[in-house]
Amino acid sequence: MRAVANVWRNLPLKAKIGVWLFGFFVLAAIIGPEVAPYDPSYANPDPALLQAHPSAQHLLGTTQTGQDVLSQLLVGIRMTMELALLVGVIATALSVIVGVTSAFLGGVWDEVLSLLSNVFLVIPALPLLILLLGYLPGKGQLSTILVLSFLGWPWGARVIRAQTLMIRNRDFVAAARESGEKSWRIIALDIIPNEISLIAASFVNTVLYAIGASVALAFVGLSDLNTWSLGTILYWAQSQQALQLGAWWWFAPPGLAVALIGTSLVLLNTGIDELGSPRLRASRGAAKIAGHRIWPTDPTPVYAQLTASRSRVGAFLHSFSRGSLLDETPAGGEL
Amino acid sequence: MPFIVRRLAFYFVAAWVAITLNFFIPRAMPGNPVQSIIAKFPNLTPDAEKALAVMLGGTLAKGSLWSQYVTYLGHVFTFNFGTDIANFPTPVTTLLQQSIPWTLTLVGVATIIAFVLGTGLGILAGWRHGGWLDRSLPGLMFLQAIPYFFLALVLVDVVAVELHWLPAGQGFNGATTTPGWHWAFIGSAIQHAILPAFTIVITSVAGWMLQMRNVMITTIGEDYVVAAQAKGLPSRRVIYTYAARNALLPQLQGFGLALGFVISGALVMEIVFAYPGIGLLLLNAVSSDDFPLMQAIFLVITFAVLIANLIVDLIIVFFDPRVRAREVGR
Repeated sequence: MRAVANVWRNLPLKAKIGVWLFGFFVLAAIIGPEVAPYDPSYANPDPALLQAHPSAQHLLGTTQTGQDVLSQLLVGIRMTMELALLVGVIATALSVIVGVTSAFLGGVWDEVLSLLSNVFLVIPALPLLILLLGYLPGKGQLSTILVLSFLGWPWGARVIRAQTLMIRNRDFVAAARESGEKSWRIIALDIIPNEISLIAASFVNTVLYAIGASVALAFVGLSDLNTWSLGTILYWAQSQQALQLGAWWWFAPPGLAVALIGTSLVLLNTGIDELGSPRLRASRGAAKIAGHRIWPTDPTPVYAQLTASRSRVGAFLHSFSRGSLLDETPAGGEL
Repeated sequence: MPFIVRRLAFYFVAAWVAITLNFFIPRAMPGNPVQSIIAKFPNLTPDAEKALAVMLGGTLAKGSLWSQYVTYLGHVFTFNFGTDIANFPTPVTTLLQQSIPWTLTLVGVATIIAFVLGTGLGILAGWRHGGWLDRSLPGLMFLQAIPYFFLALVLVDVVAVELHWLPAGQGFNGATTTPGWHWAFIGSAIQHAILPAFTIVITSVAGWMLQMRNVMITTIGEDYVVAAQAKGLPSRRVIYTYAARNALLPQLQGFGLALGFVISGALVMEIVFAYPGIGLLLLNAVSSDDFPLMQAIFLVITFAVLIANLIVDLIIVFFDPRVRAREVGR
């Protein structure tokens, strides 16, 4: 408990705001559907309630067919958060597996896995997502989660691989290996704990990506339009001309919710970054760190100087990546 | 082997992966897309059905999977994507040719403006670390977290529908002009592009700014920057020639990697503005289950991103003497 309290005290204000904001939406996702005043799909036939302004009965007004916007929002936040968090967990797990494996196996395997993640980084994700979901017969929550996770791992894998390469060369890992520790124990007890802040940052980024992508996909119409997520609310608002009719209470709340969840995640991420690297903090805040524990991780290992020894084939494959520009020694040595 | 040649090889691999994915996705998915298309569009000619089978497979496709793959590759390399089924009998390529210039001009210009502006602001925010520009970043990050299309919705509502300052959508005013190289059309097109371009700039500028600021802060701590300041060089020179120039390499690399995201967001934004580009075409393809068009659009966007990345590599080589020095040393 004390450790948690310590971390909390050291968090920059930005990150604290991020935690509160994100916590608020998690809470809304948990209790939202229970406290929703109406059935979100129930179309009230009362003509006075067709696209009605916000009122005491309908705090956020109604849609063109008399559905309660607040109820849709509360149910929609749960759908969207559920999807984003699940994609975050699955894709981050994949990127840890790929990143750590490729750094640990080294050699040609490392280069092949790196090449694969570089290729998937450079192929634009959204059109590919649209293509995959377009062909899938069921476009429900599950298939969206699977497709988003399938395309969400390369960035994290890249960062985690770089970090693992650095940690692997540290003395304490060498000591553990010399004393006969098994590889999986070194990975689980020495390497992963030292990457927690990086894994957390990559999780936050993945959740951000999942929210953005799922809302965009639903907005295009590639989602189960009978369920309520933030994206489908926006889809119906757009397709039923909420904008042209001036029904701001219909399209503004879901968009604002997406923007606020996104902001909370961005704030969280800069917080994690600054926790790891005091340099990024504003000079006024730097004194607060002194005397406290500073995490032994580097926040931007993507740009780290890596002097991993490579086999000839490995070095050849590596020289095709843009990252080879940043190497101390010319990539591929005498090649 | 020069760096650029290696990168070119990498982009070929990436393009090949995209093309191959494009080939296997319709064949691996459950159901038979060709049959369902034929059932939905009964006016297709046998020729069009054959072309569909080349792109999507199914029972009509002739030969082994390998020979189908070879035929398919041949079609892709000659930019033959078959005839479109929703707008039969227009070839897919014609539809693409009509919409690519719109997207390329709008998204290209707006992204470059956002990148230059964001990098410039990032240099200043990083230099005056903790200053007012630096402290305004959380506010700017809110703008970055807003989905493109939502900001577009709000802007259309306020600027176009309420205030009538700018047109609400479309690429040009079809009632008064026709497309062509004359001022009436160009003026109308520019007028219609201001709002979408503004949306792209405002939502992506904070990302570039944050990234540049972070790299700047790390660079400013380097010994050579301290040495330059100690020598008494004017700060303008220290900022731009010493710190910013060196901080630009990671920034440019990030630009290449983020392009895919930026373009994806811009595509959805086009839908809100009913802008006659690739994004709107993609929406129409999705809503009418027009799979050949969707596949062609995916490939075209991927190729565009790969070419843009290659240009970024060329710029890196041009601007960074370290890279060139290494080429000579090899």
